Amino acid sequence: MASGIKDKVAILGMGCSKFGERWDCDAEDLIVEAYQEAIVDAGIQTSQIDAAWFATAIEEVHVGKSGVPLSVALRLPNIPVTRVENFCASGTEAFRGAVYAVASGAADIALAVGVEKLKDTGYGGLPQRGAGPLNDMIRNNGSAPGGFAQLATAYSQKHGVDMETVKKAIGAISVKSHANGAKNPKAHLQKAVSLETVLNAPMIAAPLGLFDCCGVSDGSAAAIVTTPEIAKSMGKHDLITVKALQLAVSNGQESGHNSWDGSYFLTTRKAAERAYKEAGIEKPREQISMFECHDCFSITEMVTMEDLYISNEGEAWRDVLDGFYNADGQVPCQIDGGLKCFGHPIGASGLRMLYEMYFQLTGRAGERQLKDPVFGMTHNLGGQPHQNVSSVAIIGHQGA
Amino acid sequence: MVGIKAYGGYVPRRRLPRSVIVEANGWFNSGLKGYSKGERSMCNWDEDALTMAVEASRDCLDQSRPDDIKAIYLASTTLPFTDRQNSGILGTALNLGQNMMTMDITSSQRAGTSGLINALNVAKGMGGSALFAAGEHRRSQTANNNELMYGDGGAALLLGNDDVVAEYIGAGQIAVDFVDHYRGQNADFDYNWEERWIRDEGFMKIVPDAVQAALDNTGIAADEIDHFVMPGTIRNIAAMVGKRCGIKGEAARDNLHGVMGEAGTAHSLVMLVDCLQDAKPGELVMLIGWGQGCDALIFRTTDKLPTMANRKGIKGHLAHRKEETNYNKFLAFNGLVLQDGGLRSETDKQTALTTLYRNKEMVIGFVGGKCEQCGTVQFPKSRICVNPNCGAINTQEDHKMAETTAQIQSWTADNLTYAPDPPHHFGMVNFSEGGRMMADFTDVDEGGVAVGDEFRMVFRIKAADEKRGFNKYFWKAAPKIQAS
Repeated sequence: MASGIKDKVAILGMGCSKFGERWDCDAEDLIVEAYQEAIVDAGIQTSQIDAAWFATAIEEVHVGKSGVPLSVALRLPNIPVTRVENFCASGTEAFRGAVYAVASGAADIALAVGVEKLKDTGYGGLPQRGAGPLNDMIRNNGSAPGGFAQLATAYSQKHGVDMETVKKAIGAISVKSHANGAKNPKAHLQKAVSLETVLNAPMIAAPLGLFDCCGVSDGSAAAIVTTPEIAKSMGKHDLITVKALQLAVSNGQESGHNSWDGSYFLTTRKAAERAYKEAGIEKPREQISMFECHDCFSITEMVTMEDLYISNEGEAWRDVLDGFYNADGQVPCQIDGGLKCFGHPIGASGLRMLYEMYFQLTGRAGERQLKDPVFGMTHNLGGQPHQNVSSVAIIGHQGA
Repeated sequence: MVGIKAYGGYVPRRRLPRSVIVEANGWFNSGLKGYSKGERSMCNWDEDALTMAVEASRDCLDQSRPDDIKAIYLASTTLPFTDRQNSGILGTALNLGQNMMTMDITSSQRAGTSGLINALNVAKGMGGSALFAAGEHRRSQTANNNELMYGDGGAALLLGNDDVVAEYIGAGQIAVDFVDHYRGQNADFDYNWEERWIRDEGFMKIVPDAVQAALDNTGIAADEIDHFVMPGTIRNIAAMVGKRCGIKGEAARDNLHGVMGEAGTAHSLVMLVDCLQDAKPGELVMLIGWGQGCDALIFRTTDKLPTMANRKGIKGHLAHRKEETNYNKFLAFNGLVLQDGGLRSETDKQTALTTLYRNKEMVIGFVGGKCEQCGTVQFPKSRICVNPNCGAINTQEDHKMAETTAQIQSWTADNLTYAPDPPHHFGMVNFSEGGRMMADFTDVDEGGVAVGDEFRMVFRIKAADEKRGFNKYFWKAAPKIQAS
């Protein structure tokens, strides 16, 4: 295996806009809001940035294609700007681009920015969009919750956990995330909810009700990265470094080969295995201090808890009900409120997750601050369970 | 001898009680109130004359795809395309190859029987077999009598020269421009003239002439006819005409008004299939087709008739029934009401005809691939095998998947996506011969789907491109037709 990214790149600064229904903002406003925080946090000038990666997913209803929208918004000094899109992992892809550029020596300081302005689409949920002329002829009709809801029926069937218990466990996941989000001034939804409210919400796609689905919002997040050596030369200490960056993409096996049973994410397992190896983590359940996983839907989070090897297969529902993932549990999950409370402006989400891990690791998470975290993990899942991209990133204290 | 080698039928499972229509529209047209009895069949939103013809043909061919079919006919006045051969789509959907004649027959309620006479003569002349299918999705204005009288359905016959279940004896035809109703080039609905005139000057005078011509041509006497198959929405019209022709009173077949209504051009064949499901070997069947004149065909059933026992036919499909009491749904499915489909219905549904042509077997015929090296069946067919332990390149042969069972692995009922009949059910289905796909479901009820259920694939409208008048067709998973 390649030597990997571990400790080769440090985070110099991060920023995150307020997420929500930002009726008064264009994408440009959100970008600048996140960037200003990041550049101040990094303590550098725009002129010091060598290259940038820009994540937006649904360009047809957004800012348009290419790196130009970012370069114009930030008046970047004609540096390379690359637009990336990889479904819901787009934000993490921008981060990956910037990190790899620094690690390769091609750039001393690189910027990653993600943004999505979903509240200009007119939709509740993600906009309906085509998938190309052939796919539009043979692919099923269905929304994102419709695709992910099927994890629940397959999971229930495979592990012999009745649907009532599954429904209760995924309900508890949403209750937990709302409790966390209530303490986060940047979250879209900052209100705790009861399990009763969650369980009695209108059905979106059986068995997922309204509170099993993440919000829809506008937001942007940014990261500035450099080498540990440069960071130190700038007077930075207690560095937070990148431990692992992995991406796994479906090759059609789940959707086309009968070996996949529909109850888990093949890609997440592969990305997680590679990420732990890259980061030198052998016992994730004990070593990972906290994580942000892609809770587009509550069932996605529950299944992902197993696919990231934090819960044993078929037992995440029990860990959830035991409070293992709560803020005061053993491995807090979605300590910032998750997609559940932030919503999912696609290009921004991966970077928003890293922002929380970074602030937790640097002891700046305010009311949500966890005690002495060492490793923070983020995870994105884009597409549908049967065909998707999955990213796993781990950051932590330098030398950990 | 030329005749019918096999038959198949199709009636949509949804049945609208006429009382529901009368309840909705009786306030406006009190004349409807005398027609509250019985029920009519109604297409699901994704069915039309073509999809019903495909289903009837699949019933008729029963898994087999004879390689001697030299002609495919499709009769209907409600075909989805005015200028794109619909029978060609039917042939592709059935995977019957391309070395044959295909032809649409339309413009009259008599197209079903006139086309059938023609097809029988062609089959006799050129040998081999011919598929003759008919389907009709009839639309009518609300509060019009036709709404109560009409029904949707289809039928199909395989014609040939050997092993026939009903031998074609001969026919008589009368052509008269008697216009009981019409539908102009750009009109949406039929325009009807007075029923009493249609009965007295039309049916009672024109049909007997055709019947007599058929009897004269075949040397058969009227009282030898065992089954008099004559459509007509006028009460007791078949019995009245039969009596005038000297046909036994008990020979007149039920016109299926009580259970499905009249399926237009397809209805003669629908009634014929229903009749053949009752008939015994060695019986004489007279089939009447009405519309600007009259056709009368005579068949004699053979001792091969019992070989058709496994066909669902009309009776099997009539037994596969779901009562629909929501009149608004009937209006919406038939485009009779301005409905706000919401933002998600507004996406452009243009079809790239280049892409469709390259992939017609996949899209219309539901043909996947089977790896010659490892035997893995996969959909869609691809250049590199999907089996993670194989990965062979360019090894996939065409593999027909439409007739294999689809078992549900996971499913959901989606309230968010746009669907004409929400919630939209879909899920991962595994095919009995291998392969899988995330498939749309149709003809399912809320609460009526479970993991492990065995469905069948059906050819349906995937989406209607209303802007350009183009229906996109593909295959969906549906519950199996329960045997009657």
